[in-house]
Amino acid sequence: MAGTATKPARDRGVDPATAERLRTWLRQMLLIRHFEEKAGEAYSLGKIGGFCHLYIGQEALAVGTLSALRADDYVVSAYREHGQALARGMSPRAVMAELYGKATGCSRGKGGSMHLFDASLNFLGGHGIVGGQIPLGTGFAFAAKYRGTDQVSLCYFGEAAVNIGAFHESLNIAGLWKLPVIYVIENNGYGMGTAVSRSSAITDLYERAASYNMPGVVVDGQDVEKVKAATDAAVDRARRESAPTLMEIRTYRYVGHSMSDAAHGTYRTKEEVEEYRQRDPITVLERRMREAGLLDDAAMKALDAEVLAEVEDAVKFAEESPDPAPDELWTDVYAPERADAGENA
Amino acid sequence: MAVITYRDALNQALREELKRDPDVFLMGEEVAEYNGAYKVSRGMLEEFGPMRVVDTPIAELGFAGLGVGAAMVGLRPVIEMMTWNFALLAIDQIVNAAAKVRYMSGGQVGCPIVFRGPGGAALQLGAQHSQSFESWYAHVPGLKVVMPGTPADAKGLLKSAIRDDNPVVFIEGEMLYNTKGEVPDGEYTTPLGVAEIKRPGADVTLVCHAKTVTVALKAAEQLAGEGVDAEVVDLRTIRPLDTETVLSSVARTHRCVVVEEGWPFAGIGAQLVDTVQREIFDELDAPILRVTADDVPMPYNKLLERAAKADVPKVVSAVKQVLYLEASA
Repeated sequence: MAGTATKPARDRGVDPATAERLRTWLRQMLLIRHFEEKAGEAYSLGKIGGFCHLYIGQEALAVGTLSALRADDYVVSAYREHGQALARGMSPRAVMAELYGKATGCSRGKGGSMHLFDASLNFLGGHGIVGGQIPLGTGFAFAAKYRGTDQVSLCYFGEAAVNIGAFHESLNIAGLWKLPVIYVIENNGYGMGTAVSRSSAITDLYERAASYNMPGVVVDGQDVEKVKAATDAAVDRARRESAPTLMEIRTYRYVGHSMSDAAHGTYRTKEEVEEYRQRDPITVLERRMREAGLLDDAAMKALDAEVLAEVEDAVKFAEESPDPAPDELWTDVYAPERADAGENA
Repeated sequence: MAVITYRDALNQALREELKRDPDVFLMGEEVAEYNGAYKVSRGMLEEFGPMRVVDTPIAELGFAGLGVGAAMVGLRPVIEMMTWNFALLAIDQIVNAAAKVRYMSGGQVGCPIVFRGPGGAALQLGAQHSQSFESWYAHVPGLKVVMPGTPADAKGLLKSAIRDDNPVVFIEGEMLYNTKGEVPDGEYTTPLGVAEIKRPGADVTLVCHAKTVTVALKAAEQLAGEGVDAEVVDLRTIRPLDTETVLSSVARTHRCVVVEEGWPFAGIGAQLVDTVQREIFDELDAPILRVTADDVPMPYNKLLERAAKADVPKVVSAVKQVLYLEASA
């Protein structure tokens, strides 16, 4: 791959806006990859506690879907959400500091890896009970419809969550009431160590949409452009017709379910993981950009170094940030008393 | 003051709050076209339309969670549970989402929502429809738990619950809907977290809430005929608990009986006993006794059901025991 001369993009039929978008996506995906690698290291060193579920291998899914949203749209996810938090635009510093449990974290050290929030970006968690966020995402869409705005709600969950009641109850309501919500099944093949074929009566999960009177689509989650295009269609349907969509986006995680289990050996083989690595979402995009003359070795190296420096800065920030003050233990349990509390109880 | 039913008092509260704030809506099974399983929402669909009085499928977890989501982005949902027995299906959303989201977001995301519906045993509905779950919810930091015992409190407390910025579990007395009482005219609210002395007395404090307010008042009346002057303290809110009112009453009477509809183990009374003995041990002239439901699933048979419930004779007997007028059971 070395030594390919880079021609100006316009010579290869790629318009500058597209070229810029591809570069942004590549950068975001690299950011997530490096961030997660550093998070894994910090976890191994005991600097990050609790559960920690890495997003490595699934980067195109978060980046492709979130680039289809508007700033005022709503996003909610499960506990493997570092990638989505970063793709939504949360600062690597705030996210890393949260993993470290520091006062400067996006949830002020009270949420942790599984509970990343940024209300200013309508990124409303990080939820730790499988499928528990599906009714919440449905509620954001209900609120948009109730208020008559054209906001949409993007609700992520793993493929194993399609077997829980909250999935069925939510999608039935969204289909019945025509709510502007996009349900994204992040199908990485395994719920912890249980393969889809061992947990779901049908393995083409998007077909479940038929039960809820909404379109179901299946998407190659390792190709960011395909993810973006499919999400655009779903967002358009939600925004213009106030109608839900079920997207099954097929992806793969190279790492274990969490930091506490091996990448392979029990429920899947090393060969399988290696096979999926051949379709790495970053490599897929990188190759396409090189072929289009949008990237060469030097540019890739520079981008990689820039992103790595940003992640290292985030780690340094997290390391140096203070723990929450002891009395933070007692704040945010209840809402602060309002000035009109006398009248409003 | 008008005399109206507990049901109509709740209806007034809902109507007034929906009128007052466009962000408030009512959602649940049969709340709209059917006018509510217990008719609490009678006439509201007609007045407010289907966007604000919303019938749902039978999917407690789904619509409770939908309400939590709507509250997280600033609406003020009132989610009706046909009964609190069915809310067990939704408890994940109440406990894991509504009660937690403010804390785990570091204070960024609130959840101003009311979950309301009837609790406690009615008549011969059997084991699955005759339960009191207030101690389950009161156990959870982040939730408020409110249980009105009179029409006036039902109205004033529900209005406060809807205006509160926290998730509120509002448990109505299934046997209280038809009870009548004076309700103040015009706009008023009753503050959460404030107990009320429903009957002043000097000899013993009866602590109660919801349906047992009636039980305690009747027991107090009977005791008065026997020369015992009982004070009745209605908690009204279980969490936050107004310990001050309870403690100052017991400090005056030196004797206490806690009456509740729920089971004894880890019940509301257990919490009260802990608080009173710890704070004012020296004021007590007798061990605190508790009158609860018996520690069994509710039987269907009428006689067995009656035997299982907290009632006036049990309260009278407990009072006599703490006054050493009767040997302990």
